[in-house]
Amino acid sequence: MKFMLTALLANALMMTAAPAQDALHRFEVVGDAIPSSLTGAPGDPARGRAIVLKRENTCLLCHSGPFPDERFQGDLSPSLAGAGARWSEGQLRLRLVDASRLNPATIMPSYYRVDGLTRVAPAWRGKPILTAEQIEDVVAYLATLRE
Amino acid sequence: MTSGWASLRRLAPAVFVLAATAIVTASAEIPLNERRSGYADLGRETKAMQDDDTANPGMLAVLDGEALWSAKAGSAGRSCADCHGDARTSMKGVAARYPAFDAKAGRPVNIEQRINLCRDERQQAKPFAYESRDMLALSAFVGLQSRGQPIAPPDDARLQPFRDAGRDTYNRRQGQLNLACGHCHDDNRGQRLAGIVIPQAHPTGYPLYRLEWQSVGSLQRRLRNCLIGMRAEHYAYGAPEYVELETYLMWRARGMPMETPAVRP
Repeated sequence: MKFMLTALLANALMMTAAPAQDALHRFEVVGDAIPSSLTGAPGDPARGRAIVLKRENTCLLCHSGPFPDERFQGDLSPSLAGAGARWSEGQLRLRLVDASRLNPATIMPSYYRVDGLTRVAPAWRGKPILTAEQIEDVVAYLATLRE
Repeated sequence: MTSGWASLRRLAPAVFVLAATAIVTASAEIPLNERRSGYADLGRETKAMQDDDTANPGMLAVLDGEALWSAKAGSAGRSCADCHGDARTSMKGVAARYPAFDAKAGRPVNIEQRINLCRDERQQAKPFAYESRDMLALSAFVGLQSRGQPIAPPDDARLQPFRDAGRDTYNRRQGQLNLACGHCHDDNRGQRLAGIVIPQAHPTGYPLYRLEWQSVGSLQRRLRNCLIGMRAEHYAYGAPEYVELETYLMWRARGMPMETPAVRP
């Protein structure tokens, strides 16, 4: 019965979620990962590092990382140092795309999701926080953080 | 995506989790004895600025407000003082009790709205605009009369639904970043967001002088700043949602001493 309800809910959600989410690249979640690149191409780690450091992309509000010159880093969330050793690229990708699938109580925003949000300001409505290309760049960069 | 029952079955838990996200409300409220004013986390110099009335820029607004208190206004030609007398006695503890229920409006009004009700009904004067110099000045002057007094929300059952609505708003995820107020100010209070200590969001000192603003501003201006940071649609000044949030936040800070006009980074 519980499964039936869950399935019904899943159906209903997929139907309502579809239009907005259609603007994004399709992806497949396998287990706790998105194994394939959102764009079909690998990201660029140097661009990814720049994206992580840029304040408006919000990463360092909560996270710190191996950035000795960066004064303003957060401590709400684990350091990004060693992220590439802790997680595979596919796991990193899902955690960036929609960490709430793994932990509904997470404070980590879903960087590649536009549905299921409330009162998004007009300037951001219908847009993911990062583009698919940016997600791939960040994944490629985080994968290099081995220690 | 593959189709059929099997993929749905695999997807279902994840989607269920998504659904739960929307329903989950945050955050345990901060135990009363663990509450602290944002003042406690100020640097030494900012504390000194708040503590010294000759250095506190908010006192300039208070002085303007003192002048407004005795200035005749509106077609009634009446000043605040003509009805309320000496603010040091008549306004003592008043700001600490707002928002209060207004029977005519059928809902709580905050101190700024109370001032404008007086202007409309008693002075027959035009309302002050939100965040205008005059509104900030008069509300700072009235607020000062409660400095040191404990925040004391009225024991008024009519406020309860609005306080509850404010709590719901406080705990509702919103904006592109999908955060609720409580995620930062309850669950991660005292942690560092981009290096800055997250305060507990007790509105003990409004209107206050904010160094970032280089000016005095109201609690609603501060709430608007947070909503913009969350990339959420903000409300119009005076919107019921803001007043409900104020009603909840003042209750959450009950018993804490008023600091108006406070200084914050």
